[in-house]
Amino acid sequence: MTDSTGGDGHDPSRRDFLYVAAGGLGAVGAAGFVWPLVVQMNPSRDVLALSSIEVDLSGIELGQSITVSWRGKPVFIRHRTEAEIEVARAVPMDDLPDPESDEARAQKPEWLIMVGVCTHLGCVPLGQQGEYNGWFCPCHGSHYDTSGRIRKGPAPLNLAVPKYVYLDDNNVKIG
Amino acid sequence: MSGHSSFQSNNAIVKWIEYRLPIFSFVNEALVVYPTPKNLNYWWNMGSLAGVMLVVQIITGVVLGMHYTPHADLAFDSTEHIMRDVNYGWLLRYMHANGGSMFFAVVYIHIFRGMYYGSYKAPRELLWWLGIIIFILMMATAFMGYVLPWGQMSFWGATVITNLFSAVPILGETIVAWLWGGYSVDQPTLNRFFSLHYLLPFVIFAVVFLHLWALHVHKSNNPLGIDIKGPQDTIPFHPYYTVKDLYGMGVFAIIFAWLLFFAPNLLGEPDNYIPADPLVTPTHIVPEWYFLPFYAILRAIPDKLFGVIAMFASLFILFVLPWLDTSKVRSARFRPVYKMLFWAFFVDCLVLGYIGGQPAEGIFIVIGRLGTALYFLFFLSLPFIGWFERPRKLPASISTAVLESHGGGGTPDGAAAKAEDRG
Repeated sequence: MTDSTGGDGHDPSRRDFLYVAAGGLGAVGAAGFVWPLVVQMNPSRDVLALSSIEVDLSGIELGQSITVSWRGKPVFIRHRTEAEIEVARAVPMDDLPDPESDEARAQKPEWLIMVGVCTHLGCVPLGQQGEYNGWFCPCHGSHYDTSGRIRKGPAPLNLAVPKYVYLDDNNVKIG
Repeated sequence: MSGHSSFQSNNAIVKWIEYRLPIFSFVNEALVVYPTPKNLNYWWNMGSLAGVMLVVQIITGVVLGMHYTPHADLAFDSTEHIMRDVNYGWLLRYMHANGGSMFFAVVYIHIFRGMYYGSYKAPRELLWWLGIIIFILMMATAFMGYVLPWGQMSFWGATVITNLFSAVPILGETIVAWLWGGYSVDQPTLNRFFSLHYLLPFVIFAVVFLHLWALHVHKSNNPLGIDIKGPQDTIPFHPYYTVKDLYGMGVFAIIFAWLLFFAPNLLGEPDNYIPADPLVTPTHIVPEWYFLPFYAILRAIPDKLFGVIAMFASLFILFVLPWLDTSKVRSARFRPVYKMLFWAFFVDCLVLGYIGGQPAEGIFIVIGRLGTALYFLFFLSLPFIGWFERPRKLPASISTAVLESHGGGGTPDGAAAKAEDRG
């Protein structure tokens, strides 16, 4: 590049163009090679295919919870008591770090279905514990209420509610 | 690495090789005649010990890899198979697991040594950087290695640490799914961690080479923190420091052997002898001891994103240490204020380590927050300390200081006298 006459008398900008064009194409090629190496880490097709499960709710008594496995994660299904529902619905939105009404979280008030993964760093919270008698994460001390909403501690969000539909009165499809 | 070597040989084969690949003169310059400050104390043993531990980890790790199966259904059992069925498998696995602890122990002492004696200061900033890069690579390697036995702590440690990245705004969940290769820590995660756990030690090896290369440009720092001013300040690495390093290695080996043979599970977690269960989190998750101070900082901040930022900041702030410290004097021996602060920082790191191992409740939260504040205050106070601190008078040279402290060259300094003859 220091040879401004271009050596053979040609316009040096043509050589610059060749440098930039060759380098640019090389960069595109390198990026094209790196892309598959990066994307191969994403969930593979068989993992993506495991998207939904069906659960029979008929055996779960009032006040009882079960944990089912969905996409490798625990899903809590709780048959809530009247008292729990009342407490959850009476909370003012201003008290919630992640405001969300209980009505929006439970299609049928007596059934609370949510992913049992703490939104802080992914531990499984313990049921019917903590200061709000909902869920308590032992890892870093996050307290959730009877609607699974974050009330206290480092977790930023409520326990996630997965997509689910009631197939009939006793069967629900999650995912 | 220059062509002007003091290396001479009359052996025809050595000469034949040397002419084609000057490896003998290279080793001669790097490990034999290499001029080393004559006043190094035992804190300078940690570098070679860390190098030895890296080699021990690679050798035992490669052998363990011959018996281990990186599959979610088989990993736990194959680890027990190593412990019970493979010939000397128990020895190799305990050596590898405790070797990791010993490796971190010497590296932590090595880092504190560098901080006490100002080894990070000009012209050794890149040497310091390469060291921190090795440290970060070690943490990544150790973390992924701990996942491999696929016990409860393996699984939940992996879950918590990978979830750190979910704190990244917007892209968080995508990044975590990318790290996992699924919706949770599972088979794809274990398999890739095994692959990377096998790879990273060799990357570390390469960075260690760069670390040594940078070291050999300006040579070792020393307890006085003053530059080498001439041949009278140095002694050849061999035999003086080879023998000193070997002696230290013997002491180190005794401690390692005690841990290995008498308390191999002292630093482990009993929960990791329970196979991984994705539906049950152990009531008390703790990382390995060498991560505890950082874990304490993570938990000290009652906000997910800022907790993660604070944790990474506590590590990455080491990179700017050479510029935060504005004092021209390297060694804490001549810096009364820095010396006090250094020890306060050291104690603070121990306290954070203790807090990291305790449940996040009550007084532990308060102490953890105070400790975190002090950790960062130490670094942020350094620019001001360098400005107002009155350092003590530095000796004229390494040689004069050594001779003075031994009353003008008594018997312990036969080595020094010999080096002066050479000069």
